Amino acid sequence: MKSNTQLLAQVTEFIGYEADLLDHKGYQEWLSLWTEKGLYIVPTDLNETNYLETLNLALDDADMRRMRVARLENGESVSANSVGYTVRMMSRIRILEAGDDVVVARCAMTLNELRHGKLVTYPANVEYTLKPTADGFKLDQKVVKLLHAEGFLRTVSFIF
Amino acid sequence: MSELIELKNLGLQAADMVDVENGRVKKELYSDPAIFAEELDLVFNKTWVYVGHESEVPEAGSFKTSYIGRHPVILSRDRKMNLHVLQNRCRHRGATVCEARKGKTKAFTCPYHGWGYGLDGSLRALPKPEEYEGVFDKDEMPLESLKWDSYQGMVFATFNKDIEPLADFLGGAKKWIDLFMKQGGGYPVKVLGEHRFNFPGNWKIQLENTTDAYHFPIVHKSFVSSLDEATADIFDFLDGEGFVEDLGNGHSVMVMIPELIDLEADLDQPIPERFNELAQALRDEGKSEDEVKKLVRAAHGTGFNLNLFPNVSCSMAFFRVLRPVSVGETEIQHVALGGEGAPAAFNQKRMRLHEHFQGPMGFGTPDDGEAWERVQKGSMSGTDGWILVNRGMTKLRTSVDGNPQGAVCSETGMRGAYRQYKKVMAAGEEK
Repeated sequence: MKSNTQLLAQVTEFIGYEADLLDHKGYQEWLSLWTEKGLYIVPTDLNETNYLETLNLALDDADMRRMRVARLENGESVSANSVGYTVRMMSRIRILEAGDDVVVARCAMTLNELRHGKLVTYPANVEYTLKPTADGFKLDQKVVKLLHAEGFLRTVSFIF
Repeated sequence: MSELIELKNLGLQAADMVDVENGRVKKELYSDPAIFAEELDLVFNKTWVYVGHESEVPEAGSFKTSYIGRHPVILSRDRKMNLHVLQNRCRHRGATVCEARKGKTKAFTCPYHGWGYGLDGSLRALPKPEEYEGVFDKDEMPLESLKWDSYQGMVFATFNKDIEPLADFLGGAKKWIDLFMKQGGGYPVKVLGEHRFNFPGNWKIQLENTTDAYHFPIVHKSFVSSLDEATADIFDFLDGEGFVEDLGNGHSVMVMIPELIDLEADLDQPIPERFNELAQALRDEGKSEDEVKKLVRAAHGTGFNLNLFPNVSCSMAFFRVLRPVSVGETEIQHVALGGEGAPAAFNQKRMRLHEHFQGPMGFGTPDDGEAWERVQKGSMSGTDGWILVNRGMTKLRTSVDGNPQGAVCSETGMRGAYRQYKKVMAAGEEK
């Protein structure tokens, strides 16, 4: 693929914007980034691509995303209330597919969480399927492939 | 010798920290590393421990790795379809012979010196065998086998060759396992996948939790808020007709939703409107109306948690398996279940429901984990103190099966588990 610095800059800006919203708990704005049929997926099996027919850590359609955000925001969840801050770094961004209707990009993420005073780190590969619109990209699919998805995780009360 | 006597005294000391009559246990049981080491021996090495489900090793050559306490083991199925539970330790220098979670193989080969074992554990081949001529014969060096047995596909194994039969150990729990397995909706129950997470706390905190309905409306408020009104009403069960029954041998059942004890009953009732989407998907897969009703009722699991001492529970719609890692760390698997050969819409629905509540990113588990972590942390406060499990102990009745039974939010099941714990910890002293 030929280098397309303008597209790469747009995708990088979008990924950075989304990461910033999540780290700063801008969940309502985050919900508005999605297409109606978009899916937020955190698989348990890193080699699996048929997410609907396998068990995932999360497979959120629009309803589940809305409920997930409500749970994090409504003050009723003792674990969500205990989450301090997350700081995520997104890098190694690469465009895998650059069509008029869809752009697929992959990047590396290191998410750090301070939990009860202890630093917990989550490295992951993240794949974005983006739909170009007149108002910029919409998220059609986001797959977060945690490095230790198949191992034993700490419980998670934030959004990757 | 003196060291041996001291260790044995510890078992009795731990047993003395359990005051079942008054419904309380010493908080040190969560945090004393010496007691933990004794538990590994007296509880996990001496009793039946759940290692996996037969559906996880469906074919000749299938295997999964598991643990009994801190011992790595392999559940395997050989060429003749026989099951084996093997110690995951090469007989030569002790390396594990299998690190994969699950899979299919023709042999387990030690990565260190290349000793190769069959699925039945037999030592098949090793490089340069001539140097062992006159030292030992291959037949003498299989992977060590454990005694195992299964009930309704649930495989239990033990290091204790003198143990009572599994059927006797499960005793009154068998009836409830039979009821639990009806959630295949007419298909054999099958493992669909699992969530794995850990928490910084003692294993007994988790053992207690599966038979603790009292916490549900508090800890899981945010989950209940995410449900539709009709489903949320179902989970408002503390004032209902549910109960907790002590089934003996440390096992107990906590019935939260009595109308969902038997999933094959009441099948003449109309399908509730909120399940229309699933019902239609099942009709679209060509299922008859009778089968649709049965599958829809089974899809959401049973109305009870069956807690089996010491490491597994059949919890509404899934298996919860615990593994003690250290005195202050426990690993947990939430195993999703479906039906072998069941309609895709049924199994998919069950996986989506599992994702909704269970696992490290579910709407329920993280809040459980937070509460357990706080119990471990809080239990360190003070030099002495009790954990209370006495709720409902003066209001017991006798069940139809002749067991002690209390209200759904009583701590009857916890007292049952601790009675068994006390028995096995004290038994170490007698031997």
